[in-house]
Amino acid sequence: MTVDETIRQVLADHGRLAVPVDTLADDADLFGAGMTSHASVNVMLALEDAFEFEFSEKMLKKSTFESIEAIRTGVLEMTGE
Amino acid sequence: MSSATEPAPGRPAGTGVDDEPWSDFRRHLLEDGILLTTGVDGIYGRSATYESVVGAVDALAVAAGADLGATNLRFPPVMPWATFEKNGYLESFPDQMGSVHSFRGNGRDHAELLRRTESHEDRGPLLETTDIVLCPAACHALYPTQAGVLPEGGKRFEIYGYCFRHEPSTDPFRMQSFRMHEFVYLGTPAGARAHRDEWTDRGLAVLRGLGLEVEPVVANDPFFGRPGRMLAANQRSEELKFELVAPVFAARRPTAIASSNRHVDHFSRPFGITTADGELAHTACFGFGVDRITLALLDRYGTDPNVWPVAVRSVLWP
Repeated sequence: MTVDETIRQVLADHGRLAVPVDTLADDADLFGAGMTSHASVNVMLALEDAFEFEFSEKMLKKSTFESIEAIRTGVLEMTGE
Repeated sequence: MSSATEPAPGRPAGTGVDDEPWSDFRRHLLEDGILLTTGVDGIYGRSATYESVVGAVDALAVAAGADLGATNLRFPPVMPWATFEKNGYLESFPDQMGSVHSFRGNGRDHAELLRRTESHEDRGPLLETTDIVLCPAACHALYPTQAGVLPEGGKRFEIYGYCFRHEPSTDPFRMQSFRMHEFVYLGTPAGARAHRDEWTDRGLAVLRGLGLEVEPVVANDPFFGRPGRMLAANQRSEELKFELVAPVFAARRPTAIASSNRHVDHFSRPFGITTADGELAHTACFGFGVDRITLALLDRYGTDPNVWPVAVRSVLWP
């Protein structure tokens, strides 16, 4: 799976989104799409498992997970790609 | 089991530590008989003097909300595990919880329990969880009782009770078992925000009326672990929690003595609480930390309330 496909799969599994993840644009507000704070924590942990890294302290905040685009930026920063 | 008169391990009876910011204050409280040690950090007996201040502070809290027509409720200091599982406490604060255990074994197990107790071995394997936990916040028992549709304008409640947090400390302000008097709102998002703002002002007025130098600050709950750091960051960035903070001890350490919280739909979602127009309700609460306010007064004015400033006494005991 590509990075984006993995992110979308993690969101589908853990994001508790009110709409199917396929319908969301890369810049769509995930919290606006129904993701709760607790769900975003599960997304964070699932991303760490999927990509085998740990987000840095400074990235453990809401804005890192606010959209697929933001998550991709964070993931690529942590994987060094 | 150590008796109440035995010192906690490694520490002289009654006095506690000597080099902490709270050492002097703690020593005064204990030597003057305001609080009584039990041998467990953060668990105290309370004297009549202490309780007279608690009662007066609580009466001020009640008076501050008297015009709101809140429904007055009391719950015991324990609540069902089922509530705990649904409201997210176990996810966020597993290290602070208190689970009630009991013994359900046979005669042989009982003998083993007594043997282990006598030899100070772990009793855990012989005890089983019951279906109750210690209540961590006064309002937590309320939400399951409010499942369904709220009336137009929402609902307001006043709840007073003992709360438990497992964070043993010799700091008198960090009690494991303490009281919270809460004013709770369930209704619309705008109503919840207004409740939080209004009660922040009312709380400040009550506490400043007692001469406490209290200020509201954005705060976060002590969520557990790395996921908790993210929850804490979210809570701060959305300004969901304000603490009313007063300086205590000679070091003037900022210490929260009341707090004001918006929960958004954290409690309404698991318990199915909706507004009159069918949306998930938002909830908010303001909690007077009655024990901490009492301690802040004892810290500021000394351990003999009879000689506190007239201006303070006349507010507490009009």
